[in-house]
Amino acid sequence: MPTLLALDASSNACSAALMIHCDGRDEVLSRFALAPREHTRRLMPMVDELLAEAGIELCQLDALAYGRGPGSFTGLRIAAGVAQGLAFGADKPLLGVSTLAALALAAHRRYHLRYVMPALDARMGELYVGAYRCRDGELESLAEDAVLPPERLILPKGYEDTDWVGVGSGWALWESMPATVQAGISQCFNELAPAAEDMVRLATRQFAAGEGRQPHLVQPVYLRDQVAWQKGR
Amino acid sequence: MRVLGIETSCDETGVALYDTQAGLLADALYSQISMHAEYGGVVPELASRDHTRKLLPLIEEVLASAQLSRSDLDGIAYTAGPGLVGALMVGAATAHGMARALNIPVLGVHHMEGHLLAPMLEDAPPAFPFVALLVSGGHTQLVEVRGLGQYRLLGESVDDAAGEAFDKTAKMLELDYPGGPAVARLAERGDPTRFRFPRPMTDRPGLDFSFSGLKTHTLITANRLREAGEFDEQGRADIARAFEDAVVDTLVIKCRRALDQTGLKRLVVAGGVSANVRLRERLEQETAKRGAQAFYPRGRFCTDNGAMIAYVGAQRLLAGERDDSTMKAVPRWPLAELMPPAA
Repeated sequence: MPTLLALDASSNACSAALMIHCDGRDEVLSRFALAPREHTRRLMPMVDELLAEAGIELCQLDALAYGRGPGSFTGLRIAAGVAQGLAFGADKPLLGVSTLAALALAAHRRYHLRYVMPALDARMGELYVGAYRCRDGELESLAEDAVLPPERLILPKGYEDTDWVGVGSGWALWESMPATVQAGISQCFNELAPAAEDMVRLATRQFAAGEGRQPHLVQPVYLRDQVAWQKGR
Repeated sequence: MRVLGIETSCDETGVALYDTQAGLLADALYSQISMHAEYGGVVPELASRDHTRKLLPLIEEVLASAQLSRSDLDGIAYTAGPGLVGALMVGAATAHGMARALNIPVLGVHHMEGHLLAPMLEDAPPAFPFVALLVSGGHTQLVEVRGLGQYRLLGESVDDAAGEAFDKTAKMLELDYPGGPAVARLAERGDPTRFRFPRPMTDRPGLDFSFSGLKTHTLITANRLREAGEFDEQGRADIARAFEDAVVDTLVIKCRRALDQTGLKRLVVAGGVSANVRLRERLEQETAKRGAQAFYPRGRFCTDNGAMIAYVGAQRLLAGERDDSTMKAVPRWPLAELMPPAA
């Protein structure tokens, strides 16, 4: 199994995690802090602490990963910049991990949930949302990660009768969601946030699948691409 | 000491390599101007996204052109401010990540200190002390420079920057963004005697500038011509000429006063507007008349670039100054707050 470092700054939380192997088993070391607007101060010491705790150097990593989005635009770029800089400097491949997939995995690991719809508040009356089936630590995406207003949220086609669980800050917009969605959601965990300890697990699988790339090729995934309006249109 | 310089404070991604012995080794720039032109100005979110895409390829480009590898670097400097906070963050995060991986020092530097000292990259650099006129789209300042980090603000614009006034005048004259060079080109065909625009704040002592009244005057003149059916090519060129003459005159008068007041004989002119040909001509005449000398960065270092950041960073890193583990992105940061290098 590879040795990996993952970083995340996609929300008010700031986190880092290290996947290592000792005595033949995998171990995840992690740091997590709810620290709005403090990512620039908190992130690098977390990396240093983890490497020191594991007693390894950056050059011993097989790859790095970061929460590629969706999430706070500036946060995504802080994690991307640090991860790209670390990977470029250490000459290692980089991986981008979906923050929504990380939320789904968090719910699955913590509560053993099977059908999870992660959603994050995207501001401007919209949310970022995905739908995942989780089994034995493996995720399968049943609908593409998307940005949309809560009024237009639907359950994944063919899974309308499934018991879904909602996780993440996006479910605070519950009142605006259609009744069909509300009826299909058995439970919500609004307080879960994307975390590097879930990303490092997803990144390990992505790395094994050969998804590591040169650092500059691994860009944030914003989902919301309409951020400016051209004059006269 | 070989230092990588990274500039991402606005709409240009600049990267350069400076060696404290051998001088500038390589520099590369990616300008987003054509992208922002579609929106009539810089869109901060789009600028930030583009820096994230362009920065690492530019770093590879300068390393390759200097025939060096990343492990040959001894330090990294990045623009920590002032500027667009989201754009600054890209350079700060990448610089800190890279420096941590290479186990070398990293330092956030002041963008305007970069502009101030950009003429130091030329073959005949000015000696300290000197007076510097910083004129760009974001700044119009006169600064007394005694040495690295020893800056005294002599005067600055109380409203619009000179470059901003150029850009707004370009809009009024229906020219494309960015407007400064376009106004200067149009002014070449203008009649300097048709209009005379005010020279703001030159009738009273002091070294501050104001360009918003001049902008209003330009707008009123443009509207009057339009009503009279004279807003044709010649009319617009005449306005451009009157506007440019007023700005240049104002800048020259204040530079003269700053040299008088400080008793200094060297004038450094930097920032985007310092590329203006008429301004350079007038300053040459003015300095020659009084036995003083004017210094300018080469054309491509007048605007934002990585070379000036690498230069300033190298001076300060060499003196032992460095960041702790916090990435710095400071949107507002007065130049006068800078200090000489702190070891």
